Amino acid sequence: MSALGESRKAQTLERAFAGRSLWADARARLLRNRAAVASMVALAVIALMALLAPFLSRYAYDAVDYDLVTCAPNWWPMDAACAAGGSHWFGTDAVGRDLFVRVLYGARVSLAVGVIATLVSLVIGVLYGATAGYLGGRVDAAMMRIVDILYSLPFIFFVIILMVMFDRNFILLFVAIGAVVWLTMARIVRGQTLSAREKEYIEAARAAGVSPFGIIVRHIIPNVVGPVVVYVTLTVPDVILTESFLSFLGLGIQEPLTSWGVLISDGANTMESAPWLLIFPALFMAVTLFCFNFIGDGLRDALDPKDY
Amino acid sequence: MLTYALRRFLGALPTLFIIVTLAFFMMRAAPGGPFDQQRKLPPEIEHNIKAAYNLDKPLVAQYGIYLGRLVKGDLGPSFKNKDFTVAQLIGIGLPVSVKLGLSAITLAVFLGILLGVWAALRQNHWQDYSVMALAMAGITIPTFVTAPILALIFGIYGVHIFGQEFYLPVGGWNGGAVRNMILPVTVLALPQIAIVARLTRGSMIEVMHSNYIRTAKAKGLSGAMIVWRHALRAALLPLVSYLGPAAAGILTGSLIVEQIFGVPGIGRYFIQAALNRDYTLVMGVVICYAALIIALNFLADILYGLLDPRVRLS
Repeated sequence: MSALGESRKAQTLERAFAGRSLWADARARLLRNRAAVASMVALAVIALMALLAPFLSRYAYDAVDYDLVTCAPNWWPMDAACAAGGSHWFGTDAVGRDLFVRVLYGARVSLAVGVIATLVSLVIGVLYGATAGYLGGRVDAAMMRIVDILYSLPFIFFVIILMVMFDRNFILLFVAIGAVVWLTMARIVRGQTLSAREKEYIEAARAAGVSPFGIIVRHIIPNVVGPVVVYVTLTVPDVILTESFLSFLGLGIQEPLTSWGVLISDGANTMESAPWLLIFPALFMAVTLFCFNFIGDGLRDALDPKDY
Repeated sequence: MLTYALRRFLGALPTLFIIVTLAFFMMRAAPGGPFDQQRKLPPEIEHNIKAAYNLDKPLVAQYGIYLGRLVKGDLGPSFKNKDFTVAQLIGIGLPVSVKLGLSAITLAVFLGILLGVWAALRQNHWQDYSVMALAMAGITIPTFVTAPILALIFGIYGVHIFGQEFYLPVGGWNGGAVRNMILPVTVLALPQIAIVARLTRGSMIEVMHSNYIRTAKAKGLSGAMIVWRHALRAALLPLVSYLGPAAAGILTGSLIVEQIFGVPGIGRYFIQAALNRDYTLVMGVVICYAALIIALNFLADILYGLLDPRVRLS
């Protein structure tokens, strides 16, 4: 047999092993998880509806209609005054605003808070954790001691003080919540970095003269992404809950803008006489949080090579 | 052990100091003051009031005065609740909050472990799925939704059992009577039950797959014996380190629960005080909560050492 045959054999072997990276495996496992896939679809639908909110309803989110105050959804048996009043699919609130469009605008705010605050925490947490883990020694000890101290702060109090201080600034809401949730991220990334740092490819990079910053950004961070992705999907619902908590206390988004938290806390006050004002926003929020949790669990299972 | 405890205690002091400093300057950076009113006070009276509370001095001097008094255990007078010192207000509210929080944590730990172990032993059966679905609901449905719903069901419509109607009070504390505590404690505990159940299930499944459990099975031990004597102890370890965050979660939740059910604890003071710029009361409550969280974290570490023979506290 010739060298030609050998090389062909090598080619077939290569083809047989091609395309089976960790990520391809993980993607395949994730797509087999029905709950996670259904959640991704549902989440995409909600996000699209939120984005297209102005085109989905002929009512403006702040249009007040005093003839149609606290009307039930239009497919619900209702009194004559409301019946003449058009098509409010989710009913109207105490000043006659269309609930459907308000729930979608609330989705915009809640999802934006969730995603932006999580991104803030992602950037801070990953850089901080990777730096501490890679540098190690005294720097690591000092940096993690700071995280420990911050951990024992009653954070919600500081967020409340911040919100009082800056008079419910919208941007600050993102930053304040993001600054609260980066701690766990930093811990996870540090733990991952500690083990990644001893690997041969890091040694190779160091031998090739890559700067510490370059190693952290180009080699460490891409290799600790797995657990981070899982934690990110679980942070978003956490942040949405925190925002709704602040809104419930009257420290969140201000009228006429709204968020799910605001809608739910308003709805909770009138749940006996007008249950739809609670049911619809609560339903949207619960479904969204469910979805994020299912996706997070699915990702964790998909990225975890241990399989029980 | 004793040196460890002492070192942890000394380590907590700088943490507390940072918390006090942060809270002090953040609170002062907020616009407005405790004596701003609709009708403006005559300047000389306002000046006198401010002088009486040292509010006319430079901020750093005020900070020094506050720290000096704090070291002696004096939290100062409340600016808004006339005739009360902060220590008195906390003395009234704290026992209520602690009773509420401890009951909720106890309930959460017991019920959560029970559900988690049950789900783990029936992994991938309907028992597992239903417990996990319930847990997911507990985590995702916020406290301020469960509270009014439960209040409506148990307080207003009433529950019919054995042909008799039962009602629970939806507000008030009544000196901590059991009837008054059921609803707030349940609402406060629900998310924590869910988290504890999930944690327990996860670690229990992992432990049940480990080699020493296989050994125990091979030796022919009964299922209950394996779970009780061998698996549970190892499976509960991750739970112990969750105690700290759980305490924080309970404290956060109690802000809302106290508000909804009209429980006279310190959580209710805090929001009012922050909005009214009642500087000393805000500081007092923050210090109180921070000390509680630090103490619980410490307790969790000690417990961890007692439960896990591999951990040596030194």
